[in-house]
Order: sequence, then structure tokens, then C-alpha cells
Amino acid sequence: MSVILWLFVTVAAYEFGRWLRARTRSPLAQPVAVAIVIVGTLLAVSGTSYADYADATILISFLLGPATVALAIPLYHQVARLKGMVVPVLVALTAGAVVSMVSGILLVRWLGGGDVLERTMAPKAVTTPVAIELADRLGGYPELSAAFAIVIGIVAAMVAPRVLTLIGIRDPRARGVAVGAVSHGIGTARMLEESRVEGAFSGLAMGLTAVVTCLLVPLVAYLLL
Amino acid sequence: MIVGLLWLLGCQLAGTAIVELTGIPLPGPVVGMLLLFVALVLRRRDGEDDPVIQVGDYFLSHLQLFFIPAGVGVIAYLAVIRDAAVPIVVALVGSWVLGLATVGWVLSLFLRRVPSVAGTEGAPGEEIE
Repeated sequence: MSVILWLFVTVAAYEFGRWLRARTRSPLAQPVAVAIVIVGTLLAVSGTSYADYADATILISFLLGPATVALAIPLYHQVARLKGMVVPVLVALTAGAVVSMVSGILLVRWLGGGDVLERTMAPKAVTTPVAIELADRLGGYPELSAAFAIVIGIVAAMVAPRVLTLIGIRDPRARGVAVGAVSHGIGTARMLEESRVEGAFSGLAMGLTAVVTCLLVPLVAYLLL
Repeated sequence: MIVGLLWLLGCQLAGTAIVELTGIPLPGPVVGMLLLFVALVLRRRDGEDDPVIQVGDYFLSHLQLFFIPAGVGVIAYLAVIRDAAVPIVVALVGSWVLGLATVGWVLSLFLRRVPSVAGTEGAPGEEIE
């Protein structure tokens, strides 16, 4: 009973979020954010624990796997555009991963957030399962790192296209890579709605950033933590 | 439909197996994505009626749905977040903007020398849903 109840509530909340976005035409009305607020409220009101909810909706979480695999499709459609871009993309992603981790650690330190929070903040730009693993290796809170990753993905879905335009980044390939590098799958979902090129490059950047960040984490930890 | 789903699940399975066997610190589905990309390039069988592409595009048009259960997990950390709200919000947003700008600017510098292949196709506003 609770399995079908929470599956229904989750899909219905998502559909309501889609309706709200179509109705308001506002990038702030991201279906994932709307659904999290609705479901979170219903869990609190009904006194249901998050563990019970997570068990009930394992079918939806599981589909994230095949959906991630499917990110190869937009990338395949862009294969003609990839020529000559591998090295530039890797250089940009390495620079971005270093800046993202170092600035995350230093900002938490300067604002008095504490050591464990620094270690939790560092890997938040990568896709959620990798963020969990890296936070664990660094000695942060793995689940909180996942929460940060999801929150920053939602923020990206809301504002990334506007921020990129504001700082003068207009090439759709650079826009896609920039979002995928720091906002993983949720940012990529938004860029897929912007255009196929941006979505494909965002998916590519998401995958490569996970690799680059895993390789850089020991170095950053040695120098800063 | 089923054939397309089998391709996606098969690549995820292969990716997960590779991760378990080699111990590389990546999620199985991300390795699966790279495997499917290689498979699509090697097959060279184009067309929108391809079952993998049909099923995959449908999944991708609802990518946000699959993040909801993990995202609801944020509520379990509301107390920690409230206690350190300022460092968390500033570091989260600050490092995100700095990372975004770094990647965007560095890549833009390189791309001046690598022109876009096919003009304006895929400009903002092209919906795939």
C-alpha cells in the first residue's frame, strides 16, 4: 500500500511541477524542486520517515541508472562537433574542478563552517553517487554531500542559462560543458531543454568531470585539508 | 521499446561489472554511458526510429523525475543546514559560480579556434520533449 501511495504521490507531484512550469513559464518552477517541496511536506505531515519513503520509491531511483546511460544519445548526435574538442574540454574541466573544490573549501573555512563541512562541500559539483563516494573518502557527511549536489543542480536548473549569458558565455558548446561540469545531471536535464547541443555537451562534461574530480581529490585534500 | 530498454540496461550492467572488477571510482551508469556512446558510434545506424534512441530520448525528457527520491533526502539534513546556513549557502553558490565561469571562459578561449560545425542548428529554444 505505501509503495504505490508514495510512487503515485511522487509522479503526481512531478506532473504538477511540469504543469506549473508550463503555466508560469518560469525557470524557477523546476519540476524536481516543486516535487521535493510537496513530497517533503507530505512526509512531515504524515509522520513518514525518509527511509520508508526511499524504500517505497526505489523503482523511481533505479531508473536514474538507465537514464544516465541514455545521456550517450544526445552526445552521439553531436559526434561531428566533438572533433578537436577533447583536449580543450579536458583542460577546461580540470581548471573548473580545481576552482570549484578549492573555492568551496576556502569559503566554508573563512565563514567558520568547520572541518567536516569543508570535506562535505568539496565534491558537491559531481554527479550524486560520485559525490557520496568522494565525501566518504574525504571524511565528510556523504548524504549531506549528495544533498548539496542536488540543491546546486536545482539552482543551476533555475538560473544557469541566465548566469552564463550575464558573464558573456554564448557558444552553446561552452555553455553546455560549463553547466555539466558544476551541476551534473539536474543541470544537464535543464540544458537538454535549452537545446540538443547544450544538453549533449553538458552530459559529456558531467561524465568527464566525475573522472577528473576523482583523480584530483587526493591532491586537493593533501594541499588544503 | 523492449529492445531499447535492453540496450540501456545492458550498458548499465556492463558498466557496473567493469566498476566492480577494476575498482575504478566511478558509478556504473556513467561507465555505461561511455559504453553506449562507443556502441552507437561503432554501429553507425542512424535514424530516429532506432529503439535505443526512442526509449533513451523518452527517459531523458523526464530526467528530473528520477532525482526526486534522492532530493527529498535533503529534509533529513535541515537541522545541520540551519545551524551552518551562511557558510553553506555562500560556499555552495560561490563555488558553483566560480566553477561555472572558469569552465565557460577557458573553453570559450579555445573554441575561438574550433568553429561550430553546423551553424546555428540547435540554438536555444529547440525543444526535444
